Amino acid sequence: MRGTPIGGGLAGATGASQTTATIHSVETFGTVDGPGIRYVVFFQGCPLRCAYCHNRDTWARSGGKTVKVADLAVDIERYAGFLRPSGGGVTATGGEPLLQAAAVSELFDLVHGLGLTTALDTSGHAAITPVIDALLERTDLVILDLKHADNDAHRNLVGVPNHRILEFAREVARRGRPLWVRHVVVPGYTTDEADVTALGSVIAELAEHGGLQRVELLAYHELGRHKWEALGERYPLEAVSPPTADEMRAVASVLEGYGLPVCRPDYGDRRPNVHE
Amino acid sequence: MTHTVPSSTETVSAEWAGFRSGRWVDHVDVRDFIQRNYAPYEGDESFLAPPTEATTSLWAKVSALLAKENAAGGTLDVDTSTISTIDSHGPGYIDQSLERIVGLQTDAPLRRAIIPNGGIRVVESACKAYGFTLDPKVWEIFTRYRKTHNDGVFDAYTPEMRAARSAGIITGLPDAYGRGRIIGDYRRVALYGINRLIQDKEDQKSSVEIGSMEEDEIRLREEISEQISALRELLTMAEAYGFDISRPAGNAREAIQWLYFAYLGSVKEQNGAAMSLGRVATFLDIYIERDIAAGVLTESQAQELIDHFVMKLRLVRFLRTPDYNELFSGDPTWVTEVLGGMGTDGRPLVSRTSFRFLHTLYNLGAAPEPNLTVLWALGLPEPFKRYAARVSVDTSSIQYENDDLMRPYWGDDYGIACCVSAMRLGKQMQFFGARCNLAKALLYAINGGRDELNGIQVGPRFEPIHGEYLDYDEVMSKFDYFLDWIANLYINTLNVIHYMHDKYSYERLQMALHDRDVLRTMACGIAGLSVCADSLSAIKHAKVRAIRDEAGTVVDFAIEGPNADSWPKFGNNDPAVDSIAVDLVERVMKKLQKNRTYRNAEPTMSVLTITSNVVYGAKTGNTPDGRKAGEPFAPGANPMHGRDSHGALASLSSVAKLPYEFSQDGISYTFSIEPSSLGKDESGRVSNLCSLLDGYVSEGGHHINVNVLDRDMLRDAMEHPERYPQLTIRVSGYAVNFVKLTREQQLDVINRTFHARI
Repeated sequence: MRGTPIGGGLAGATGASQTTATIHSVETFGTVDGPGIRYVVFFQGCPLRCAYCHNRDTWARSGGKTVKVADLAVDIERYAGFLRPSGGGVTATGGEPLLQAAAVSELFDLVHGLGLTTALDTSGHAAITPVIDALLERTDLVILDLKHADNDAHRNLVGVPNHRILEFAREVARRGRPLWVRHVVVPGYTTDEADVTALGSVIAELAEHGGLQRVELLAYHELGRHKWEALGERYPLEAVSPPTADEMRAVASVLEGYGLPVCRPDYGDRRPNVHE
Repeated sequence: MTHTVPSSTETVSAEWAGFRSGRWVDHVDVRDFIQRNYAPYEGDESFLAPPTEATTSLWAKVSALLAKENAAGGTLDVDTSTISTIDSHGPGYIDQSLERIVGLQTDAPLRRAIIPNGGIRVVESACKAYGFTLDPKVWEIFTRYRKTHNDGVFDAYTPEMRAARSAGIITGLPDAYGRGRIIGDYRRVALYGINRLIQDKEDQKSSVEIGSMEEDEIRLREEISEQISALRELLTMAEAYGFDISRPAGNAREAIQWLYFAYLGSVKEQNGAAMSLGRVATFLDIYIERDIAAGVLTESQAQELIDHFVMKLRLVRFLRTPDYNELFSGDPTWVTEVLGGMGTDGRPLVSRTSFRFLHTLYNLGAAPEPNLTVLWALGLPEPFKRYAARVSVDTSSIQYENDDLMRPYWGDDYGIACCVSAMRLGKQMQFFGARCNLAKALLYAINGGRDELNGIQVGPRFEPIHGEYLDYDEVMSKFDYFLDWIANLYINTLNVIHYMHDKYSYERLQMALHDRDVLRTMACGIAGLSVCADSLSAIKHAKVRAIRDEAGTVVDFAIEGPNADSWPKFGNNDPAVDSIAVDLVERVMKKLQKNRTYRNAEPTMSVLTITSNVVYGAKTGNTPDGRKAGEPFAPGANPMHGRDSHGALASLSSVAKLPYEFSQDGISYTFSIEPSSLGKDESGRVSNLCSLLDGYVSEGGHHINVNVLDRDMLRDAMEHPERYPQLTIRVSGYAVNFVKLTREQQLDVINRTFHARI
């Protein structure tokens, strides 16, 4: 009962390429990593070591499952009837999809063949090589995670300096492609007003090229803790609590001061289901 | 009291002024009336009106009563001496000065009636359980002078039927209570008035004056006579409230009132497991729009009528025992009303009144009843889709069923009985058959018919499996043989039950609102489909070692081999196991079809558990999929808890593969998601839910409950139930007030696969 895929589907594509990717898992009903309903591919391996990582089990380059990109596309096609009408598509995330840029590029070509959109959810820790350049050309939306504007603080929180990330961000912005910036609010680590102000000015500079569609503030949460524990590791942010609504609002206000399109989470609305 | 039957050459009733005439004028044909007179509405919800002052005051009174009922342990009051019939009680009111629609089951709101025809023991123990004493005279009548359905059934049950029942391989059988799942076409009373319907029934009776009177004809004549008596009693009941329903309803208020009286008469006469309403919204819309056009009704007044009608439906109560509550938790009545759907001519059956019904969930707040069911079709107007989805996101109170899938089977004037059972209104009824435990059946196959928990030989004795490791082909061949046995026993048991129900507890009024000849289905069901499919998948794709006790009964299993963790599990859109589930559905259905049924009913099947997945799990030992003894099954056709690891679409796609062709009584799927995982904001959640429903419907999925809830809130509601009196959650095929669930069931809801992103 599925509709015929736009662009002729994958006929001929299957088996044509032997390219493989190493993935951690997939989520067929992603609704927060880009517009519409998205098939989210979590690529295995990450160069960053974020202290609050909620997918700790995707760091190592070893492990994960090796799959053919063509097979992945065949699986995606099975959900095109859900994804396409929603304006959704496929989001590559991780881990860090840029570590497997060639495979992601090939996947995105196949995804476009299915009439679906592509999104790249990345922390941007990569030089713009020809392979990365080719991937960006196939990406309809870049979702870029900016962790911290201050280099030392960045290194402390994430394990790497931030200049390569900022360069990547500027390059993406220069191309004018649709861009979402994400930022995780970690109390005591990212909430210093000077740091938020610095971040605001970095994002404002990116916005000048016209591609920036939204800035999403994510509240740090502890839901990834069990994954660290499962790997027998100490959770680095042991003493940190999730930000309060007020802390979130404070960060949002600073960024809004730069005229940025900040999305405020609306959880906790009163709903008719509950009459207290 | 004779009424002139209008014919096309005469002037039609004054009450029908302005209606386009057609076949419905000369024949009882509500569908024809609707098709000729309704106006599809393709706009959005902006026309809707907030509650009136009367509505708000009345609902405050009802809420206070509901709180008292809850505080009293679930049952507020019982009339322990009046045997409930259509006209047994005088009029009852909440506050007559405020009520636009009147009528209660007894003389006071939430005062439950006794309806002993199904079984006197159940009535007696229900009274006792809630601190009441049944009038000894009633006990005497139903033990000395009048036999009940329950007595009849146990007179005829075979020892084998009793054993299967108490072992829990077949449970929930309607052998001690009303079978329900019959929908009277209550609209007929509004459209035609009682006199015309009696005349129609008299004509039907004369049509059974034939040369050779055999059992079938004699029974039919008696039944029609009973139907006529019931219609007369309904007239008396309405008169007590000051209404003359012998004639057709003349305006919107009367149409709702007449229709409600017909429904009320039915719930006074029958304590049926599910007493559904049918498909009334767009029918009533014709009257409402006529009054609005004539300038005699405003939008606010129209909404008030619907709000007050719905309030009455929220007050329907039956006296039930605590162990009934374990099977069907939360005191459900399944006042199922379907909204939307498409006509066979391609016009949507969405009207402004479809919106008005949904809007009651805002005007009165969320509630489990009436069980609002949106018939989803790809062609529905987008604004209606979005409004329904918004109501889901806000209230978790509605369910969806695939109209594109059902319309070719049942046309465009079907309702849903109970949760998922489609039936043409006034033309079809079912013999409700609860369900058999497929997971336990598999264990019986492994153990040669012996129960895995108590070692008793319940099934036919045959050679158990002896090998250390289970062989898929060997298990399947034993299982197949065993399914033949259980299908035969199941149908025979239902034959006994429904023979006796017709004899001792016939639904006189509901069947009066049907045609003479109806299609009957014998609605069987299965529980534990995903446990069974996963068990077979583990046996097939990994190595399953059988662990036996001293008596040689297999009591546990160990999954081993290289695929010990990675064997395919139902709910991941993996053909390697989904095909097993599909095969099970088809296989069981074909076995049921081999058997002869009472009144030549057509066997059908559902994959639906209500909340009995908890009880079934409690009664079932360790299963080869690694599920431990006593653990609940997944509800309905859901994948097992936590095993669907590829996200909601994969899960939905697996369920959508189950063939409706072989499960025409419905396939239930419950989808629960945290708001933040459905979308970033309200508008995104609504859009994503619409896309999800469109996709599910085009994949051929049948039914889906949608819950959009925070688990933290549910946990809080467990600790502080008084703060959440209206918190509503959909379970398999119906909705409940969360705080009315048993603690075990609350935990099951919270621990069940909630789709949430980390």
